[in-house]
Amino acid sequence: MKKTLLASALVALSAFAANAQDTVRIATEGLYPPYNLIDDAGNLAGYEVDLGNEICKRAGLTCEFVQNDWDSMMPNLNSGNFDVIMAGMSITEERKKDRLFSQNYMPPAVSYYVATSADADIKAGVVAAQTGTIQAGHVAESGAQLLEFKTPDETVAAVQNGEADAVLADGEYLQPVVDASGGALVVVETIPLGDGVGAAFRQSDTELAAKFDKVIAEMKADGSINELIKKWFKEKAVLF
Amino acid sequence: MFSYCADPSTLDSTRWMLCYLTSGKHLLFYSSFGTVLLLLAVTAPVALAFGFGGAMAARSHNPGLRLFGKGYTAMVRGIPDIIFFMFFVIALDQALEWGLHQWRCPDWVEPIRNGLEFKVCPAAKVPPSSAPQIWHEVYGFALAVVTFAIVFGAFAANVLYGAMNAVPRAQLETAEAYGMSHRQVFRRVLVPQMWVYALPGLSNLWLILIKATPLLFLLGVKDIVYWANELGSSKTDTFAYPHGDWKLWYFLGLLVFYLAFTRLSEIVLSRLSRRLSRGQATMAGEAMRKAAA
Repeated sequence: MKKTLLASALVALSAFAANAQDTVRIATEGLYPPYNLIDDAGNLAGYEVDLGNEICKRAGLTCEFVQNDWDSMMPNLNSGNFDVIMAGMSITEERKKDRLFSQNYMPPAVSYYVATSADADIKAGVVAAQTGTIQAGHVAESGAQLLEFKTPDETVAAVQNGEADAVLADGEYLQPVVDASGGALVVVETIPLGDGVGAAFRQSDTELAAKFDKVIAEMKADGSINELIKKWFKEKAVLF
Repeated sequence: MFSYCADPSTLDSTRWMLCYLTSGKHLLFYSSFGTVLLLLAVTAPVALAFGFGGAMAARSHNPGLRLFGKGYTAMVRGIPDIIFFMFFVIALDQALEWGLHQWRCPDWVEPIRNGLEFKVCPAAKVPPSSAPQIWHEVYGFALAVVTFAIVFGAFAANVLYGAMNAVPRAQLETAEAYGMSHRQVFRRVLVPQMWVYALPGLSNLWLILIKATPLLFLLGVKDIVYWANELGSSKTDTFAYPHGDWKLWYFLGLLVFYLAFTRLSEIVLSRLSRRLSRGQATMAGEAMRKAAA
């Protein structure tokens, strides 16, 4: 009985395959404003969602954004549960080994060290960063003690409650946080890291990556990508 | 929700709060309580069935079946839950797709495994990539139920196995003396009597299951802990309702929910335990008999 049910459910599910064009599923984290976030209506929004939809429109693809946990992004991408990752993922040499990147759709990010006071020890003290990010890699190499957290929000909280001396994260993410803190948080130092942010694909998916690449180049040429960056990152944005 | 919520920045604090608490995101948060309750309602009986099957296999006279039953409980109990949720689920998903691939696309020539990548023909994707997002969520939820059932079923199997052994031998011998077959003894005497011994262990499992739902987000199912974390984290003015770090309040809310739910479970379980003890050859059953007499 159970088996019949399961089998018929599978058939029902896979019946969609016959009709309709294949949807390109784009995964994002939804926890990293303004790159990607859940808006107050509960939908995915942010720079990457707007950009992804625009790319799909221009490339004539049917796309759908889905939310996925950061830690299980790569296994799910390789397993084919979605086809693209657009989740503020910086392009690095290390990452290029196991995935394919489009050209960057954000210029190399300036990362900020943020602390409660300007004389915080960022060289030998405790520095918080999100697990698996280029910032975490940089802190580990810098000689400071790395304190990792699952979400960007927790890294800031760690500085606020004294657990860490400073936090290292993307400037676009930290700037609004510093502005909103009313002087409680200050920018200690800024450093450029990585080759910018790009969309990630399975290594064999060269065709899809080329389509994204072409539209991103187009949008850079006609300036429409800058418009989107300005919309989400406000006046402090780094443009192409 | 309300008409005056259109521009939150102009509202006074009571109305702001009212609008904030009825935003689309909050409605999703409230409905995630339903998701969790639904998961529990579906998983608990399925896990119990898995456990019952496991316990029966472990007691079987057939050595192959016995090995399977014992192996299942020993293996699952020894593997951390998080590994189950990160790797087993992907393996299960791939196994399903592999099976469908063999059936639907026998002419496919490209390799399925290519380095880290796993690629089956489009007709074998479950659910197919063109399916609406809701089906992907239903599928994720179904995988969650199966995984929870396998994990908790192994623990339940051990509890039930112990409970079956705890039924006094004299009861079974009496039944055999009446000429009942093995099967009849099992169904009419052993199973009705074992529940009272199994209940403390099963109630433990139930309470652990209630608290295990945050593992759901690893499968893309958003549960109450995910939403509390997301809503409570500080919001800059990219959002319509900027605020500081309010996690404490959201998690206090969850605390109240969990405590209330645990209390309710305890009340139901103690009633059930009283009901099951009636007429049993246990101390509780004996005490009830004496009190009535």
